[in-house]
Amino acid sequence: MDDNKKPQGKDQGIVLTEAQQRARRSRSVAIAVALLVLVVLFYVMTLVKGPAVLVRPL
Amino acid sequence: MSLISEGANVGRPGGAQLIDGGRYDAALYEPSSAEVGDYIALLKPRVMSLVVFTALVGLAVAPGSLHPITAFTALLCIAVGAGASGALNMWYDADIDKVMTRTARRPVPAGKVRPGEALAFGLTLSGFSVVTLGLLVNWISAGLLAFTIFFYAVIYTMWLKRSTPQNIVIGGAAGAFPPMIGWAAVTGSLSLEPVILFAIIFFWTPPHFWALAIYKKSDYGRAGVPMLPNVAGDAHTRLQILLYTLILVPLGVSPWLLGYASALYGAVAVVTGAAMILLALQVYREASPADRACRHLFAFSILYLFLLYAVLLVDRGWGGLIARVAA
Repeated sequence: MDDNKKPQGKDQGIVLTEAQQRARRSRSVAIAVALLVLVVLFYVMTLVKGPAVLVRPL
Repeated sequence: MSLISEGANVGRPGGAQLIDGGRYDAALYEPSSAEVGDYIALLKPRVMSLVVFTALVGLAVAPGSLHPITAFTALLCIAVGAGASGALNMWYDADIDKVMTRTARRPVPAGKVRPGEALAFGLTLSGFSVVTLGLLVNWISAGLLAFTIFFYAVIYTMWLKRSTPQNIVIGGAAGAFPPMIGWAAVTGSLSLEPVILFAIIFFWTPPHFWALAIYKKSDYGRAGVPMLPNVAGDAHTRLQILLYTLILVPLGVSPWLLGYASALYGAVAVVTGAAMILLALQVYREASPADRACRHLFAFSILYLFLLYAVLLVDRGWGGLIARVAA
């Protein structure tokens, strides 16, 4: 977009401060790590249990 | 006219603030500045460590075998579930946390995490911890974990805490469930032994928290939480502390008396139990407003519970755990 066509003032919407951007990035990384841990956990548990992973007794 | 109506927010700090027939509080749309550390603080890591420890004991003393990775998964789910209930507690109690010196710096009252974020965090972790425990370990333990989260967040936090001086007596059950969950993760069932582990923590909670409540009475009073010292007075609370301690100590010895634990455990339970009774007697005799004895009882009660469970872990569980890992 051409510079003089960029939205000005309130039209820019929400602009994150430096601190907010940093906090959002760290939260995103933490969510990614948590999801990775969950995937690895299910993968490893599937290997550990073998076919019995489908047997889920009460 | 302000978008924020004082009256609209009465009750729940995290409630959606829909006012004037469709307009929302603009502050809800402010970008979050919460750091990862603030979310970790929502999990109440110190409480979580105690939950993990007692669940580990339940898991280790249970008969039967569990693959170490399955055991790790069970403990992880229990820890996350405990953290989730802590986050839900902080969401709901933000208003009273704000006026208590002990809790004013928690992420929600300090303004680091918004109530809605704490609620979403708590609900998400609750769901993931229960479903993961059910899918990867068993549904009995997952059901117990779900009930524990419900009991702590709804029965204790939302209902009992603000309505009765018996709040921590009944609510203490939530903190007593983890060893049962650990046991159920191994056996897929429950028996007398995990019930005793439950009972020890259940009857330990009142003397522990009421000792704290006596010397933090003004804090609870300011927040309007009807703790026993604020409602019934110090003298009655001191008597109740002594009575609950007199029930707790025999329960602490009972695993040895029933043949579940060795003489080493019995000796530790008798000696530390005698110390608990001595300290409870000092609390009972001490005139108000002196709180030194209460501080001593509060500190020692933590050591007491830790020692009982640690000896049980070494005595019953450690050998079993090593054998399971070796097998």
